[in-house]
Amino acid sequence: MSGTATLVLLETTTSNLRSASLPAISAARKLAQVNGGPVVGVVIGSGIAAAAQDAARYVDKVLCCDNAALAAALAETWAPVLVAAIKKIDAAALVASATSAGKDILPRTAGLMGAGMASEIVAVIGAKAFRRPTYAGNALTDVEVLTPVVVATVRQTEFPPAAPAASAGTVEALPPGPIDALGSEFVALHASKSARPDLTEAKVVVSGGRGLKDAQNFKVLEELTDLLGGALGASRAACDAGMVPNDLQVGQTGKVVAPELYFAVGISGAIQHLAGMKSSKVIVAINKDPEAPIFQVADYGLCATWESTVPPLIAQIKTVKAAG
Amino acid sequence: MKILVPCKRVPNPDLKLKVANGSVDLAGTTWQVNPFDEYAVEAALRLTEKGKGGERVGEVVVVSIGPKDTSAQLKQLLAMGANRAILIAGDDGALDADRVARILGTLVVAEKPDLVLMGKQAVDGDDNQVGQILAASLGWPQATFLASILLAADGKSATVTREVDAGVEERRVHLPAVMTVDLRIVGKKAVRNEALAPATAEWEDTQRLASLKGIMAAKKKELREITAESLGVAGGILVKTLRHEAPPARKAGVKVASVEELVAKLHNEAKVI
Ligand SMILES: Cc1cc2nc3c(=O)[nH]c(=O)nc-3n(C[C@@H](O)[C@H](O)[C@H](O)COP(=O)(O)OP(=O)(O)OC[C@H]3O[C@@H](n4cnc5c(N)ncnc54)[C@H](O)[C@@H]3O)c2cc1C
Ligand SMILES: Cc1cc2nc3c(=O)[nH]c(=O)nc-3n(C[C@H](O)[C@H](O)[C@H](O)COP(=O)(O)OP(=O)(O)OC[C@H]3O[C@@H](n4cnc5c(N)ncnc54)[C@H](O)[C@@H]3O)c2cc1C
Repeated sequence: MSGTATLVLLETTTSNLRSASLPAISAARKLAQVNGGPVVGVVIGSGIAAAAQDAARYVDKVLCCDNAALAAALAETWAPVLVAAIKKIDAAALVASATSAGKDILPRTAGLMGAGMASEIVAVIGAKAFRRPTYAGNALTDVEVLTPVVVATVRQTEFPPAAPAASAGTVEALPPGPIDALGSEFVALHASKSARPDLTEAKVVVSGGRGLKDAQNFKVLEELTDLLGGALGASRAACDAGMVPNDLQVGQTGKVVAPELYFAVGISGAIQHLAGMKSSKVIVAINKDPEAPIFQVADYGLCATWESTVPPLIAQIKTVKAAG
Repeated sequence: MKILVPCKRVPNPDLKLKVANGSVDLAGTTWQVNPFDEYAVEAALRLTEKGKGGERVGEVVVVSIGPKDTSAQLKQLLAMGANRAILIAGDDGALDADRVARILGTLVVAEKPDLVLMGKQAVDGDDNQVGQILAASLGWPQATFLASILLAADGKSATVTREVDAGVEERRVHLPAVMTVDLRIVGKKAVRNEALAPATAEWEDTQRLASLKGIMAAKKKELREITAESLGVAGGILVKTLRHEAPPARKAGVKVASVEELVAKLHNEAKVI
């Protein structure tokens, strides 16, 4: 048997909780309502004392595993720490946002424990039952985890970012135990620099596809993006062609976004793309092909070339904005 | 270099999915190899050949857990160039990611590959779990979501890049390991074995198709059918599927005739600008 605590992996910088983890906290709070126990955060890294304090504002308690050998988020070293955390607080569940780190580390943790895992949940149905999208979002599947401890990643767009709790929790050190990276080594992160908001958190996303033809043409989409304070996205075809960096890919195998407003420009609307943006509140499609499948999900479809429509669109939005 | 590539057969993702009465109806579908697994096979072939289309050095073994007619997909992979295939009898309903990983784990112990190379995710279940669970159960390192693999000349380690949220991450990993691949792994210069191909080596920008010669050759290749029981895998699933449902349909939108109309709608109706 396991206890009642809900454990949530919180990703941090050295000083702050990352906003990507806020949806996981919301999911953990939902689970805690059914489990009846506290929400306990776990932070892992090197020199993260300040981040642990920041994270404690959101949860009942933070377990902080601070060790120089844990600076990089390697599944080989982090998963055993998560197992130790689960054992320490006798957790009923471990959750994390479905970030690239969450998707890498949580299944390994489940594998070490022999625990059942639900991926990218969009709803908590019960202590062990979850709803999750399958078949590129063409089905919603309810699953039940049959093991005492439950592991789940959380689709960030489907849970609201958590607000701080009424009172901050305590921070407790978690000894790492033996650390063995099994020879794996972090070498470097080649981060794509962008002053824009994160794709997964932006209120507006402007995405371009193969129809944009080359990298140079993305400039006009960037202008629209910045005018609306949004994030730039792309289809796989645009990424593959090198028009934009790969981490802008929206879709089943790229990022999942659900902004207030989504522009699909020169994107046909393949199911793998739709899987990543179908939950957007308002979808605008600009495509020269009246038969393009993107029009089936678009709230507003404009059948025209981007060359003839995006520049005047920018000008007119400016006018509307100026008029307040 | 011996590489084991687990491959799943999946329903054709381009066909409309029929979801009714709590379940997915796959009766009328056509089956194909999970695209990510096909990419993994392509990567494995590149790691074991002397440049594009060159002589094969080492062995690529493809394995699938599935019903009997999964042999059709395995034959296609043999025709692409894999050396041999193993089909482990299994029924989707009796599997979950953990069980798939445990079955594969026993096969890894028996086959002793230097590398397990596989898709990051099956495009039907979308779990993105099996590779990581497999690595955990073997006590092996894992390198997930790979965009490139450079295998060191001594075959003992690899430098890989991973597609992560913030950009591209570079790692070094020791073999044996479990690696899972992302879409860009089939790029022209994404995969190379330093022992077999020079830095200038290039491949097609996609996975190879089975040639007629390959199809003929595949007829003589081994396709062994075994059961999970024969591998000594006990136990059951850890995650039970309760029911499926079609996602809520989006309400039909409208076509606008001009940029003016679009801006007016976004401002006055949707109130998003
Ligand atoms: C009728 C039916 C009932 C089902 N019932 C359940 C259920 O009760 N519980 C449940 O959890 N799932 C159930 N499933 C789905 C289940 O069989 C999944 O295939 C399994 O959970 C693995 O998840 P995934 O394919 O999403 O794996 P992922 O983790 O996304 O796969 C990653 C990689 O693992 C490898 N891999 C995965 N499966 C195989 C395989 N069969 N052979 C070889 N390599 C493989 C591939 O390389 C793949 O790229 C059911 C499916 C059907 C059609
Ligand atoms: C395993 C797998 C995973 C995948 N994952 C993803 C994913 O995560 N995300 C993703 O996006 N895709 C993904 N794909 C690819 C997907 O299937 C499509 O190939 C891709 O989305 C197509 O991109 P596109 O719409 O930009 O290109 P196309 O389908 O080529 O469409 C281009 C569109 O631009 C329009 N156009 C052309 N010129 C103009 C113009 N001047 N003005 C206006 N419109 C114009 C055309 O009418 C056309 O509709 C995946 C595929 C596989 C097999």
